Amino acid sequence: MDELRFDYLFENWREVLVMAGDHLRLCLAAVGLALVVAVPLGMVAARFRGLTLPILSLLGVIYTVPSLAFLTFLIPTPLGIGRDNALVVLTAYAQLFLVRNIVAGLRGVDASTLEAAQGIGMTPWQVFQRVRWPLALPVVLAGIRTAFVSTISLATIAGWINAGGLGPLLFNGISRDQPPMILAGAVAIVALALLSDAVLRVAERWTAAARAQRAGAR
Amino acid sequence: MELLADAWRYVLDNPERVREAVVVHLQLSLAALALAIAIFVPIGVLVSRSGRVGAGLLGAVAAVRVVPSLAALFLLYSVMGTGFEPALVALTLLAGPPIVINTDAGLRNVDAAVLENARGLGMNPFQVFARVQAPIALPVAIAGVRSAAVEIVSSAALAAFIGVRGLGIFITSGLTLDRYEVLLVGAIPITLMALLAESGLGLAERVLTPPTA
Repeated sequence: MDELRFDYLFENWREVLVMAGDHLRLCLAAVGLALVVAVPLGMVAARFRGLTLPILSLLGVIYTVPSLAFLTFLIPTPLGIGRDNALVVLTAYAQLFLVRNIVAGLRGVDASTLEAAQGIGMTPWQVFQRVRWPLALPVVLAGIRTAFVSTISLATIAGWINAGGLGPLLFNGISRDQPPMILAGAVAIVALALLSDAVLRVAERWTAAARAQRAGAR
Repeated sequence: MELLADAWRYVLDNPERVREAVVVHLQLSLAALALAIAIFVPIGVLVSRSGRVGAGLLGAVAAVRVVPSLAALFLLYSVMGTGFEPALVALTLLAGPPIVINTDAGLRNVDAAVLENARGLGMNPFQVFARVQAPIALPVAIAGVRSAAVEIVSSAALAAFIGVRGLGIFITSGLTLDRYEVLLVGAIPITLMALLAESGLGLAERVLTPPTA
C-alpha cells in the first residue's frame, strides 16, 4: 500500500488553483443555464397539477442515466467532445434538483397569504413577483445548492472529454501513474464542493434573515 | 440509426468480449451492493438508536457524499493499484450515504405510539424492532438502496479508468479509437442497467409500502 503524498499539490498549487477556477466557471455556466430552463419549467409544473408528476418523472429518468454514458451519447452529435457537450449534460442533470425545489417552494406558500395579497388589490403578476416568489426563494436556493454541489462532482467526469476543469488532474494522474497528482485533484474537488456548499448555505440563511428583517420593519 | 446497426454488428462480431464485460460489470455492481447493504444497513440501525453518536456519524456520512465517485475510484487506485478490488471498495463506500441516511430516517419516522402499542402487547425490544419497526421502515430503506444501486451501476462504468474490464472499457477504448459504434456498445447497456435498477427497486418500494389507512 503506497502512502498518500501531497507534494504535487504543494508544488503546483497555483496551477491547481487556476484549474479550480476553470472548474468553477464551467459549473457556474451550467447551473446558470440550467436555471434559465428550470424556472419556467418549474413554474409550469407547479401551476398545472397534471403535469407535475410527468415532468418530475422525466427529469428523474434523465438523472438516472449514468454520466459517462450521457456524455458518450452526445459525442456523435454536433456537440462532439469538449465544453459544449459537458454544458448540455450538466444542465440536464441539474434540472431534477432545481425543478423539484421550485415546485415545492411555490406550492409551499400558504394559500391564505396569496388570497390576502389578492385582497389588497395586487394583480396576479404582482402576487407572484412580490409575494409568492420571495416566499419560495429559500427552498429554491436549497435546490440550487444541491444542484451546484452535484454539478461540481459531475464536471470532474467531463474532464474526460476535454471539458477542462479539475478532471484532467485525475485523468493525467492515472495515465502517467502519478498518485500525488490524483490526490491533488481529488483534494481540490472535494474542497471546492464543500466550499460551495458552505457559501450557498450562508446565502440561504442570509436571504431568510433579510426577509424576516423586512417583515419586521413593516 | 446506422450507428446503432454498426454497434449491434460489433456485438455480433465480438460476442465473447461483450459477454465478459457484462459479467464483470454485473459482478462488480452486485458485489458492491451486497457488501454495502451488509455494512451500511446495520450502521443505519445503529445511528437511529444512538442519540449524539448517531448525529456525529450522520455528519460523517454526509461528508462522504460530497466526494465525487471519480475521485473516490482514483484515490483507491492510488492506494490499492488497478483492478477489481479497489473498484469494489470505492463503489461500496459510495453506496454508503444513501443507505445509512434512509435506514436511519425510515426507522426514526416510525410513529412512537405504534411502538408503544407493540410494547403494551408484551413484545420484547427485539420483537418490537423485527416485527413492527423494521417492516414499517422497509420502503424508506429500500429507497436508499435504490439510489445506491443506481450510483453503483454508474460508477462501475467509471471503473474502466482504473482498469476494470466492465462495460466502461467500450466507452474508453471507443473514444481512443474514434469509433462511435464501440462507444454505444458500452453506453447503451450501462444506461439500461441503471434504469432497470431504478425501476425494479422502485417497484419493490411501492409493493412493500403498507397501504395508508
